[in-house]
Amino acid sequence: MNRAPSPQPAKPTRASRRLGQEHDAAPQARVLSEIDRRLINALQGGFPICERPFQAAAEALGIDEAKLIERIDALLKAGVLTRFGPLFNAERMGGVNVLAAMSVPASRFDTVVQIVNAQPEIAHNYRREHALNLWFVGAAETPEKVEAAFSHIESASGLPVSRFPKEREFFVELILEA
Amino acid sequence: MDSVDFALVAACQAGLPLTPRPYHAIAEQVGLSADEVMSRMQAMMQAGVIRRIGVVPNHYALGYTANGMTVWDVADEQVEALGEAVGRLPFVSHCYRRPRHLPLWPYNLFAMVHARTREQAQAYARQIAAALGSACRQSDILYSSRILKKTGLRIGD
Repeated sequence: MNRAPSPQPAKPTRASRRLGQEHDAAPQARVLSEIDRRLINALQGGFPICERPFQAAAEALGIDEAKLIERIDALLKAGVLTRFGPLFNAERMGGVNVLAAMSVPASRFDTVVQIVNAQPEIAHNYRREHALNLWFVGAAETPEKVEAAFSHIESASGLPVSRFPKEREFFVELILEA
Repeated sequence: MDSVDFALVAACQAGLPLTPRPYHAIAEQVGLSADEVMSRMQAMMQAGVIRRIGVVPNHYALGYTANGMTVWDVADEQVEALGEAVGRLPFVSHCYRRPRHLPLWPYNLFAMVHARTREQAQAYARQIAAALGSACRQSDILYSSRILKKTGLRIGD
């Protein structure tokens, strides 16, 4: 394992930091073919940068280039994959990410979600079970743009937004076992 | 990061083209040579601007329905060392120190766990609690009950 705390970049640790092996017998939301499962497990990182990267990656999986492209396309269309490509670290580009939360009354929940989601700076938004029941991430090139989005949400909803900026990053790397 | 790097990021933030020579396709789109695109992407990997390149699965499609944000109220003088220890646990995907918001929110350490059942998520939380020991005064797990928005990075819109 080669895991450096920030500010060093986290190195991929695919073999050692794979989640979910404890529940092989648990029901799956989707039934995946053996090849799709192997593809997902093998390609959450390490996709090569070379002239024919699909060919190189396909060889390692024992399939051909056209088949790999077809399976990634199919898994994206089926919603099993949300993305294929580089994962960026916004902060390394000078951008910022700020977690925030709100306590939204049930009767106003949908309206407030619309206000939050309408802001392009809001990247993720989750309902969670707590008095603070709406948790979202503001991401932009500058802290001012994130702050402007949060302020807009506060004035449009009349509700406070609690900011949870990270004070320290201990670890970030999510690899899921298919 | 210069303006060419930002143009590259903008060109592949929606994903890599599903074509045999994806970097050539990106090169054509931004008006660079394929070699330049590949060497710049290598450099961005080295610099940590690109964390990794590959597929991103949908948690729910893989059966990960118990996505819990575990949160902990840890003594300030110990949170640095203990945060490192929690971040090293193999099932923790993200681990941060963040500010408290008293009285509603006494927690200063956040650790995300992803499991296929709540029982498993709770078992993970017990392992975190064991790592924190008496430095932890109280804790909670907030499960996501609905994804309301999830987009990739967007720059240059």
